[in-house]
Amino acid sequence: MEGLSVADANLVVYLHPSKSRNVSQAILRELGSWLFKFSETFDGVLLAYDVNILDKKAQILSGVHPYFAVKLKANLLLFSPKPDMLIEGKVMKLCQESIHVIVLGFSSAIITAENIRGEFKYRNKDEEELFSSKSHKRHVIKVGTMIRFLVKSFDDEILHITGSLMPAHTGSIRWLDRNLEEFSETDRSATKSRDRESLGGKTVDGGATPLSYNNHIKKSKKRRIAE
Amino acid sequence: MGLELLKYPEMEEDNVLNFTDSEIVSHVKDALTSVLSGDNNSYNQLVGVMHHSKHLAPDEVALLETTLKALAGAVSSIDITHHDSLLSAIFSMSMWNYGPHVADALAELIVSLAISNGKYLDLCLRMLVSNFTPPPYFLDKLKLSRGLERKGQVLSRVHAAFKKIADYVPLAPLRLLTVVLQGMPTIYHKDRAILIYVENMLKLESGEIGELVGSTMLMAVVDRLIELDVEIGWDAILQDDFSKGIFEMELEDVDDIDECSEPDVGEFRLSRKSLAGNSIAELLDNLLVLTFEHLESCEREGRLAKVFETLLQSFQITVLSAYKSKFTQFVIFYACALDPENCGMSFATMLVELFVQDSQPQPTRMSAVSYLASYLSRAKFLSASFICSMLKRLVDWCLEYCETHNGDLNPNAHRVFYSGCQAIMYVLCFRMKAFVNVPRLRLQLLMPLEQVLKHKLNPLKVCLPSVVEEFSQTGKSCFSFHRVLDTFFPFDPCLLKRCDSFIRPMFVFWSMVKPTYDDAYDDDEDDGSSDDELVRDHVNENEDMMNGWVGKSFDEQGIDMDEFDCELQKMSITPKTTSGHKFGGRMPSRIRPSTSPESL
Repeated sequence: MEGLSVADANLVVYLHPSKSRNVSQAILRELGSWLFKFSETFDGVLLAYDVNILDKKAQILSGVHPYFAVKLKANLLLFSPKPDMLIEGKVMKLCQESIHVIVLGFSSAIITAENIRGEFKYRNKDEEELFSSKSHKRHVIKVGTMIRFLVKSFDDEILHITGSLMPAHTGSIRWLDRNLEEFSETDRSATKSRDRESLGGKTVDGGATPLSYNNHIKKSKKRRIAE
Repeated sequence: MGLELLKYPEMEEDNVLNFTDSEIVSHVKDALTSVLSGDNNSYNQLVGVMHHSKHLAPDEVALLETTLKALAGAVSSIDITHHDSLLSAIFSMSMWNYGPHVADALAELIVSLAISNGKYLDLCLRMLVSNFTPPPYFLDKLKLSRGLERKGQVLSRVHAAFKKIADYVPLAPLRLLTVVLQGMPTIYHKDRAILIYVENMLKLESGEIGELVGSTMLMAVVDRLIELDVEIGWDAILQDDFSKGIFEMELEDVDDIDECSEPDVGEFRLSRKSLAGNSIAELLDNLLVLTFEHLESCEREGRLAKVFETLLQSFQITVLSAYKSKFTQFVIFYACALDPENCGMSFATMLVELFVQDSQPQPTRMSAVSYLASYLSRAKFLSASFICSMLKRLVDWCLEYCETHNGDLNPNAHRVFYSGCQAIMYVLCFRMKAFVNVPRLRLQLLMPLEQVLKHKLNPLKVCLPSVVEEFSQTGKSCFSFHRVLDTFFPFDPCLLKRCDSFIRPMFVFWSMVKPTYDDAYDDDEDDGSSDDELVRDHVNENEDMMNGWVGKSFDEQGIDMDEFDCELQKMSITPKTTSGHKFGGRMPSRIRPSTSPESL
């Protein structure tokens, strides 16, 4: 899945003097408050962090409230879906007008009927709603299916994605992986190099280290299975 | 024009739909999209249907329902700029105005809107939250059975909608928190609006998304309770004339449990009476009862321990530091009463821990110990052995303090210590009788305590005279008063009528534990009325002393109200200024020693 990356960051956290008794707890609280929020600095949603305090000495700022600056080194897991990226998520609701998906357990996504390619037809079989492909009978999307779709836009306030199933290599992941292996591989390598470029200047200081894709997919799959 | 197609009165007669659902949906979609090309006719008719809310004929109801359902299917065609009149019409609709079918359709539409686009999420949540409270004209109908039925219909749909939205938009509960907190009616709104709003907040806590929003809701409710509490001035509770005194009221309350009629003017239920007309007190009373009932349901569902964690946290942050909270603390009292072994004990333990920690600020420690003292004295549901063990911790701490502080005798420097001593004596006044069966009481508690009291720090000199008086049973009048401690016994009898009925069964009234160590009086019981009077007087005075209402003790000591008001401005436990020798050694009339020989 695209859009996930791990970044090394050199951070500075400013703490109120009242927190000086328990600095590590204050730092964890501060970083915790950034979780699942879009950050302009990181250009992504912070999903997880691993932090180390670099220096036991902190500079005290002058001013009415003498905040002190703690230097940290952190490993950050970021999610930043951009248009034309391929994202994976689980279908939660399906109707003729739209498919509702949840990505990584926290981000909601919607694919409206206009963005579902003509190959898929809506059917209501025995009270079960689904989209099935006209050309490939086994390619079915219903509630609970993991699908791969294209990002059209991302609302970074609500963390809401509008997606599209127009491209040919989108749809049920299980079916795609089984039947379009060659296509998927070439596609992956293309997007991998594109992604590496875009990750270049993302962090506050220092470079990004994108994880290898196989690891990503396995990780995110594990997480989804665990949900 | 286009919409006339939707009006099919035949539907009522033979229930036949002339159009399929998808046809209706596509029709609505056309109406919406045509706005973009300038044709507003169908669209305006749509908006017109939304606005029609009062006195709907059955076919109009059917039309509204169908339209709403169609819109739910057409949300992807709704544009936030071009269709803003439609959207504002939808968001201003109140489910309270309609029957169950239309309410269902409206809820469905709101959910569809919310999950379709991030831009609508906040607006939809706000619309749902605004449906917590009925329109003004409906507030009066809430007490009727029809009103209650409608309330149940609306609220169940609103809360179900929250759950559905949360299923598809996992971060929605986070946004909901903000919306609910922002939408809370202030305390100056019509009171019934707050009541039903808080009811909804508590419903959220116990509802399906309770895990995500519950603790914030609870803490916000306690915050609002404190806000109201603080609005009730102490002057609403105090009276100037203590001819009989509030102790008598407490004694009479025990007898008159079943009497809820207005007391005579001659009776001195003044405190409660003066609160009776106070609308804020009434509101607080009702809110507290709502909270109590919620706690009861938590207990039935086995969730009380978890909820208590939040309550405890809220107590520490809000109630403990509030300047003399009058009634809000009964929330935690009630929770403890519902589960004495877990909640009851952990509350006391928390307070003791706060008291003994040097790192805690002084006012916090003193406040904690006065809460502890009042709690241990008044909680009927605590075992004697537990109370004893708590006291022992206090005594041990005091003893250790004595041993390490031999130098400075300035009372102001040892306020925490003195408040601890006062707490111990206060609890013992109430509970001595109960400790009879506690093993090795003398060794573990009373002997170390004696050491503490005899230490040169001389707590007896500094603590509240009435407490000391009662405790020492000696009626010695020669203490010169060097008051550094304020009086605040938070769990004194609750003056809010409805609350009190909840609290009463688990509450220790002074009358129940009246002095039993007056062996002398036992002999006098058979004597004539004069001795009864003596007993009564002594009891009166003791009750006076035991009463913790600040104004009373101040008033007795002849302090004028201005200075009293000034005292009120300060923090909860504050030192009286060292010029506090106003009463210069003369024992105020109220705390005169009993004239019976044994007490001299």
